[in-house]
Amino acid sequence: MLQKLFKFKGGIKPAYNKQQSTGEPIARAPLPSRLVIPLHQSIGGTPRPVVAVGDKVLKGQLIGEADGWISAAVHASTSGTVTDIGPYLVPHPSGLSIDCVVIEPDGEERWIERQPLDYRTMAPEAVRTYLQQSGVVGLGGAVFPSHAKLTPSRDVPMEELVINGAECEPWITCDDLIMRERAAEIVSGIGLFRDLLQPKRVLIGIEDNKPEAVAAMTAAVQAAGEPFEVQAVPTLYPAGGAKQLIRVLTGKEIPAARRSTDLGVQCFNVATAWTAWRAVAHGEPVISRIVTLTGNVDKPRNWEVLIGTPMDELLPLASPRNDTDGVIMGGPMMGFLIPAPDVPVVKATNCLIAHSPTLFPPKPPEMPCIRCGECARVCPHELQPMDMYWWSRARNFGKAQEAHLFDCIECGCCAYVCPAHIPLVQYFRFAKSEIWAREKERKMAEGAKERFEFKQFREEREKAEKAEKLARAAAAQAAKKAAEAAAAGDGAPPEASPAADAEAAKKAAIAAALERARAQRAQVQARNTENIPPDKAKEIAEIDARRQQAGLEPAVGTPAPGKEA
Amino acid sequence: MDLLIAIAIMALGALVLGAALGYAAVRFKVEGDPIVEKIDAILPQTQCGQCGFPGCKPYAEAIAKGEADINQCPPGGDEGVRKLADLLGKEYKPLSAEHGQEKPKAVAVIREELCIGCTLCIQACPVDAIVGAAKQMHTVVESLCTGCELCIKPCPVECIDMVPVPETLETWKWKYPVIEIKPADNRKAA
Ligand code: SF4
Ligand code: SF4
Ligand code: SF4
Ligand code: SF4
Repeated sequence: MLQKLFKFKGGIKPAYNKQQSTGEPIARAPLPSRLVIPLHQSIGGTPRPVVAVGDKVLKGQLIGEADGWISAAVHASTSGTVTDIGPYLVPHPSGLSIDCVVIEPDGEERWIERQPLDYRTMAPEAVRTYLQQSGVVGLGGAVFPSHAKLTPSRDVPMEELVINGAECEPWITCDDLIMRERAAEIVSGIGLFRDLLQPKRVLIGIEDNKPEAVAAMTAAVQAAGEPFEVQAVPTLYPAGGAKQLIRVLTGKEIPAARRSTDLGVQCFNVATAWTAWRAVAHGEPVISRIVTLTGNVDKPRNWEVLIGTPMDELLPLASPRNDTDGVIMGGPMMGFLIPAPDVPVVKATNCLIAHSPTLFPPKPPEMPCIRCGECARVCPHELQPMDMYWWSRARNFGKAQEAHLFDCIECGCCAYVCPAHIPLVQYFRFAKSEIWAREKERKMAEGAKERFEFKQFREEREKAEKAEKLARAAAAQAAKKAAEAAAAGDGAPPEASPAADAEAAKKAAIAAALERARAQRAQVQARNTENIPPDKAKEIAEIDARRQQAGLEPAVGTPAPGKEA
Repeated sequence: MDLLIAIAIMALGALVLGAALGYAAVRFKVEGDPIVEKIDAILPQTQCGQCGFPGCKPYAEAIAKGEADINQCPPGGDEGVRKLADLLGKEYKPLSAEHGQEKPKAVAVIREELCIGCTLCIQACPVDAIVGAAKQMHTVVESLCTGCELCIKPCPVECIDMVPVPETLETWKWKYPVIEIKPADNRKAA
């Protein structure tokens, strides 16, 4: 089973700090006092809520329906009552609130009716839809809906299915523990993925600092009689990045802006395989996940936590020390400080690290780049971070993009080694989101321009149509007049050039309009003063005379003299 | 037979005319002024008229002819002026105060229960972002609204408000890394 492994460029070896939290098996976290379940937990469309405030829900009941193909359903993590649906703070670096469903548990943990699925007898399409409805998403951190990744490409045959158990970030051990304890179910889940994608080979990559996980997975694969290859890969951050692991296991280099499927490779996290198997074999949607509690705590450990558990009810399980001054979600390399202590655990929450100034000393102030090239040496994507930094800092986004900014996976290796303590990744994130925003604005502007031009065109056309109609009427009238004149024996009907003709037509049109208006006014007057008694008529005449004297109005064609009467 | 000849003649006529039209379309194509296009591409296409011209394109044309300054478009903001200055090789100057100030993007929202369906706002909207029919309730298509505010004034019942666009996870942006400046003395290990 030994095969040649490949290497990726760069990488770093930070202090791993994993042994702290691997001493104890996974334990089930107690039921919290309330669950705040964000509707938007995966990449893609925000699920639509299908419950209302006051509804009783069962454990595993659908509460948010997937919106579109790239979207995954959300479920109630326990039985209870929906007490609110509205915006709550979520673990996101923005510190923004999004719509969440709040459930007050009734403590009974009553499940929905769970039905195992015999997926082998079903069409692959139906299995994918089932996984979407079960809320299966990538649990490695990217939370991309898995069913969408389980659709084989039409043009490129699927060659390798890569299962990611590398878990390269320091401190995090949730994948390690799930592989040690639940290897058999993970292997069944990988079997499910294999059946849907039909790859030629299945490769399971695990960093060689997790010998127990490698042993457990190897044993499980053998027990299942599957031809999967379990590979221990050298421990080197970021070996767990999808592109890096694919490179190490298959030797394939995935160019930027292309997906691994274009090269016949697809990659899944081990925990994702486990949840997919639970969904299929036990009818359990994704309502919990394994979370590592570690860092500045006395009892680091992995816990199986219900999605929606407020972190301030979870962290005390690990007894954080007194000088804890924050919580990092994710690892120290790519994670971020949570915006408030009570934000809920979501599907992307793989690890909570209690932060303290002694454990994570504040970075010394940023200094000017000395162009030492250290960052370029460690970048796993062979980028030139100092150039990207230079242009991002100057807000010259075009140049930053030319320096392959979008190939950066924000792994943080460059910032880790930079002797000038430049927060490089922050600059890259800033530049990326500015470029995205500009792109969006540009698209909006293009649409607005198109609609503006169309509206102008329409108005022009309407004007032209009206003018044409008028001109036609005027021409008819002119012809009639000419005929009349000819009949009167005047002779010499007006002969003119086309330009003068148009001019004449326009004049005629104006004259006709004036004439019509006069006629209308006359009619109005006639109607109002048609049959009135003589004394009234005399009165009106007197008033008119007075008004005319006062210079108020012309004597003839006064509108509606009846008003004054 | 006569019928066939007639058809053949008509078909031939159609072909000849079609070819002539096609040729004319290529031969007499009216090229847009490239510099106007370039300026127009920088303008934000809000079509609000704050620059003093009836839309972004006319303003672009005026700039190209040298009849207007480059700092008259408030929605484009400071960055817009900088880009125009870059493009035209002119000196940057701050946004002219008389044309208005840059403000955060907002969209028009019609209080629908008050709308009397007079269609005036539809006529005012430069980008056709309002839907409705005479004597029917009107509404603004939020994703199309450029925030030009041109529909506010014409509304006889004053039922259109400008509502700032809230930040969402999709529109949120990473901030420029700020360099913390700490006083040299009494520095604490924060
Ligand atoms: S490591 Fe830091 S100082 Fe060295 S070149 Fe890169 S950004 Fe500059
Ligand atoms: S954060 Fe980006 S630029 Fe820095 S090392 Fe990682 S991939 Fe390279
Ligand atoms: S001020 Fe308004 S109309 Fe003028 S260029 Fe700017 S966005 Fe366009
Ligand atoms: S102008 Fe005001 S009242 Fe008239 S249709 Fe528009 S929103 Fe309704």
